[in-house]
Amino acid sequence: MAETQTKETKDYLAFEEAIVDIDRQIAELKKLSSAKGIDYSAELRKLQREQVSRFKHIYANLTAWQTVQVARHPKRPLLSDYISLMVKDFRQLHGDRTFGDDAAIVCGLGHIGREKVMLVGQNKGRDTKEKIKCNFGCPNPEGYRKALAKMKLAEKFNIPIVTLIDTPGAYPGIGAEERGQAQAIAVNLMEMSRLQVPIICIVIGEGGSGGALGIGVGDKFAILEYAYYSVISPEGCAAILWRDGSQAEQAAEALKLTSKELARLGLADAIIAEPLGGAHRNIHDTVYNVEQYIVKTLRELKRTKLENLLENRYKKLRNIGSAATKLQKTRAPKTEVEKAAEKFLKAGKIKPPQVTVKV
Amino acid sequence: MSTMKKMAKQSKSQWDGYSLKPRKEMPEGLWLKCPGCAKTIFQKAVAENMHVCPECGHHFRIGAKERIQYLVDEGSFEQILSELVTSDPLDFKFRDTSYKERAKSAEKGAAGKEAMLAGKAFIKGRGIMLAVMDFNYLGGSMGAVVGEKLSTTIEKAMEDSLPLVVISSSGGARMHEGVLSLGQMAKTSAALAKFDDNGGLFISILTDPTTGGVTASFAMLGDVIIAEPGALIGFAGPRTIYETIKVELPEGFQRAEFLLEHGFIDMIVKRKDLRSEIARLIDYCGKH
Repeated sequence: MAETQTKETKDYLAFEEAIVDIDRQIAELKKLSSAKGIDYSAELRKLQREQVSRFKHIYANLTAWQTVQVARHPKRPLLSDYISLMVKDFRQLHGDRTFGDDAAIVCGLGHIGREKVMLVGQNKGRDTKEKIKCNFGCPNPEGYRKALAKMKLAEKFNIPIVTLIDTPGAYPGIGAEERGQAQAIAVNLMEMSRLQVPIICIVIGEGGSGGALGIGVGDKFAILEYAYYSVISPEGCAAILWRDGSQAEQAAEALKLTSKELARLGLADAIIAEPLGGAHRNIHDTVYNVEQYIVKTLRELKRTKLENLLENRYKKLRNIGSAATKLQKTRAPKTEVEKAAEKFLKAGKIKPPQVTVKV
Repeated sequence: MSTMKKMAKQSKSQWDGYSLKPRKEMPEGLWLKCPGCAKTIFQKAVAENMHVCPECGHHFRIGAKERIQYLVDEGSFEQILSELVTSDPLDFKFRDTSYKERAKSAEKGAAGKEAMLAGKAFIKGRGIMLAVMDFNYLGGSMGAVVGEKLSTTIEKAMEDSLPLVVISSSGGARMHEGVLSLGQMAKTSAALAKFDDNGGLFISILTDPTTGGVTASFAMLGDVIIAEPGALIGFAGPRTIYETIKVELPEGFQRAEFLLEHGFIDMIVKRKDLRSEIARLIDYCGKH
C-alpha cells in the first residue's frame, strides 16, 4: 500500500495537495467495498464530484510558475504520443544530408484526419535512455537543417506542414556553436516565412526561446492551454535580472508566458483546451483536441489562395509587437527667434498677443 | 598609480572567461589598459585611432554614434523613427525596479532612445539604408522597437532599391518584453526574406558582441557577412555554455576568427577598412 501511494503521489504537483487527499480516500473506499462487500458508491460519487470541482478550481487559477510545472510534467504527452495516436501511416524521414541526424527533431510524412501532412516535431523522450538519445529535446543545428530540408520537400510536393513544439531550448554546446546553431535557426525563420505551403505551429509543452521559434514560424500559431512559450526560461531570466536563479517563480510571472497572455498579446491565434487536470491526466483527449484543431485549420488554410496565404503570413509576422511601440511626442527644438521672444516675454517688456478663442 | 591599482582590482573576478557585461574598458582618465596586449596606452591615442589599440589592434567596443561617424560620409546620416519608444507591453517589474525606469536610465549613456539607430546614409557617395545597434542601451537587446525600426529600414531599402547595411552589437532578445521580443526574430527575418526575393543586397556586420536572438535571426542572414577582428559571435553566450556543459571552453571560442574557420562569415575586416570594403562590395553587387 505504502509503495503504491508513493508511486501515485509522484505524479501530483505540489499545488495539488487537496486532490491527493481525495484520491487516497477514494482508493481506500474502493478497497473496503471490494474487501467487505459494502456498497460505498454514493460516497464515491460525492468524492468524485468534489474532486472535479477542486480540479476546476485549481486549474482555473494556475499561476505562471504552476503552468510551467504542468508543461514540464514527466507524464505529459510527448511527440511520440501524438504520432502514435493522431498520425496514420507515419513515415519518418531522417538526416539533414550535411552532417547527421538529430533525434531531438522528428520529421515525417503522414495523414492527420484525411489530410496528407509533413509533421515536424521536437521530442523530449520518455525514459532516461530515450531522453539521452534525443538530448532532452534540445536540438542541435543538424536538427534544424533536417527540419528545413523536409519542409522544402513538402513544399515541392505541395504538402501542408504541421510543427509540434516541445523543447526547453536549442542546445548550448561547443559542437552546436561550431556547426552554427544561430545560423541554422536564422535560416529556418527566413525560409519558413516564405514557404509556399500552409504551416501550422502548435506548442504542446515547453516553448523555449529560439529553439522553439526555429520550427515555429507559420500561418497559424496555437498553444495548448497549460503549455508555455517564452523568450528565456524562467530560471535563466531570474539568474540574469534577479541575480538569483531561485526567483524563477517571480520571473515566470513577469515574463507573461502562459497561453492566455500570449493570446492577449496577439501572438497565439488559438488556445487548444486541455482535459480536466492537465494533458497528462488524459492523453487521448488532449491528442484528440489537437487533431481536431489541425483538421479544422488545415481545411481553412487550404481554401485560401496561395498569394493571400503568403501575404497574410507576412502581415502577421510584420505586425508582431507593433502595438508595443509608440512614438514619443517631443517638442521640436526651439528656433532662435522663439527663444528670443520667450526671453522678452519673461522680462515683461512686451505683452503676449491676445488670442481669443471662439467656443 | 592609484588608478592602476584600481584597475588591477577590477580585473580580478571569479569568472576568468569573457563576459557579456559592459567591460570597464574606458575609465575616466587619460590612460587605459588594453585588454588585448595589457599595455597601458594613452586614451586619446585610442580615440584618434577609431577606438582601436595602436599597439596590438584590439578593437574596443564603441557606441552607435561613433560607429556611424566612422562609417558614413560626414553629416550624411538621416535618422528615421528616432522617437519610437517601447510602451512596456508586459508591465515588467523586477526586484525594486521596472522596465520603464530601466529604459529611461539607459537613455543617458546611449546614442538614442533605443538600442538601434536607423536611417539613410552615404558611404563614399553610395546611398545605403543603415541600421546600427547600440550596445550601451540595455546591452543592445532587441525589443519591439528594434524590430520595428529594422523592418521599416528593410522596407525602405526595398522601396528605394538601396543596399542594406546592418551593424549588430547585441546580447540578444530583450527579456523585459517577453515573447514579443522573440517574435521580432521572426518579424525581421520575414522582412529580410521579402528583401531577398526583391534582389536586394544585405551586408551584415557583426561586432563585439553579437549573441542570442540577434545572431539567430537577421545578423546571420546577410548576403555578405563581415565581422570585426576578435568579436564575440555566437548563439548561447560563453557563460551559458560553460554552466551547461561544465567543460573549459577552447581558446578563441566564438571569436570572429573561429567563425571564419568554421565557415559562417565571409571575412574579417578591420574597423579602418570597413568603409572601403563596403563601398567595394556595393560596387560589385549593388543595383546601381
